[in-house]
Amino acid sequence: MLELRGIIDAIWSFIVGLLAGLGIPQWAIELVGYALIAVVMFGVVAVIVLFLVWWERKVSAKMQDRLGPMRVGWHGIIQTIADAIKLLQKEDITPKAIDFPIHFWAPVVTFVAAFMVYVTVPFGKGLIVSDLSVGVLYIIAITTFTVIGLLMAGWGSNNKYSLLGGFRSAAQVVSYEVPLSLALLGVIMISQTLSLGTIVTQQDNLLKWYVWRQPLGFLIFWIAATAECNRTPFDLPEADSELVAGFVTEYSGMKFAMFFLAEFVNMFTASVVAVTLFFGGWMSPFGPDFGPSWMWFLGKTMFFVFVLMWFRWTYPRLRVDQLMGFAWKVLLPLAFLNILLTGLGIYLFDGLK
Amino acid sequence: MTEISLTNLTFYILSFCIIAGGIFTVSSRNLFHSAVFLVFTLFSVAGMFVMLNAYLLAAIQVLIYVGAVAMLMIFGVMLTTRLADVRLRHVNEQSWPALAICGFFLAFLVYGLWDTPFTVSGVPMPADTAHALGTLLMTKYVLPFEVVSLLLLAALVGAVVIAKKD
Repeated sequence: MLELRGIIDAIWSFIVGLLAGLGIPQWAIELVGYALIAVVMFGVVAVIVLFLVWWERKVSAKMQDRLGPMRVGWHGIIQTIADAIKLLQKEDITPKAIDFPIHFWAPVVTFVAAFMVYVTVPFGKGLIVSDLSVGVLYIIAITTFTVIGLLMAGWGSNNKYSLLGGFRSAAQVVSYEVPLSLALLGVIMISQTLSLGTIVTQQDNLLKWYVWRQPLGFLIFWIAATAECNRTPFDLPEADSELVAGFVTEYSGMKFAMFFLAEFVNMFTASVVAVTLFFGGWMSPFGPDFGPSWMWFLGKTMFFVFVLMWFRWTYPRLRVDQLMGFAWKVLLPLAFLNILLTGLGIYLFDGLK
Repeated sequence: MTEISLTNLTFYILSFCIIAGGIFTVSSRNLFHSAVFLVFTLFSVAGMFVMLNAYLLAAIQVLIYVGAVAMLMIFGVMLTTRLADVRLRHVNEQSWPALAICGFFLAFLVYGLWDTPFTVSGVPMPADTAHALGTLLMTKYVLPFEVVSLLLLAALVGAVVIAKKD
């Protein structure tokens, strides 16, 4: 009853009827459709991210026995909107010695790459823009774009701290990409597909969640994903005690906000992938059609976002050498072991797929 | 013949992006700018693969080349002294012969493409190319696949041996 797909379809057929009535050609209607989908997706994710920024401040406040934002709206819930408006109006300071085109495009690349992931994310029953047959691979591929954005920010700023931040981020993201992809391979081996929609429909109750068959895979994925998001304990690219603000040092106003929002989008992405691949996505744990699917999806994802915040306000930061050693000497062999075990499991209990 | 459709429009935009990106990649005087344009070009090629319904190829293209170019940027910045301010010459005295040879090959390729009758296979597109490709790699083409893996492993070991000097 509360499924959104029907409502969206009804609205879309109404718009198509309206446009066709005006005598607009088919290809233009198609174009309008794509643009609408893009805008709606952007809007949904942007609202979620605005909420997450507020939530992070609240969680951190609770953990430090403070109140956090309280003034604007109920418990400060529209504080982020006020902050965003403030950042929009702020003067955009661009230093003199920057590499201007690189400096200018870096936040754009980071921001767009962060949002492009949502093309193939199943938000609920039928709520997926395009269920690509290579969905998992697509998400892994697009998230690597963040590295280019951060490297551009680091180089373009023409500042030692920024450059070091960008380089740290590149080394970190490229290194953790390897165990992350290999950890997801376990799920792909069992599910026999790369499409996120199919992976979700395969996990239609609590016992079929892939996390039970891939506990090690999930653990590796989750650690690597935390590192990919540049979140504490892996937030070396913007370690403020060492690098001022890392790659964002020379950014101000809305450009800074774009990096900031992209970080939260990436955090949400990591949780989305965890939920979709390991915890049944929009499927309810009590069999299909138990409550609205998009609410299950949001609930589960928000829990994992909370776990990321919990990490951030609990753990201290790693050292650079510990970071690299951990990825290559601990996570990578474990990921290979996980693939071996999964293969053995499929061989012994062929009924798994 | 060329009626307006989104597919045609996308094809022309992507082609423009690929060609312009390629030209800027080789003609830019700043190594970092070149690398950024290279990412742009390779991403447009991935877009072209998507247009041809080769989703797997597109995803792999982005996945591999973006990481590779990130490494290229790092090496460019770390190994090149005064990357941004030095004005290197881009051409030497052999530029005209090089242009002539390239032009000859271009004419050759265009001639070849013009004459080739492109046959369209009647078999419909498989919906899930990844699955079919994986099956083929693990059964019919398992030997070439293993040979390539071995080659990459050898390269990896070689790199470690060269880099480790103590």
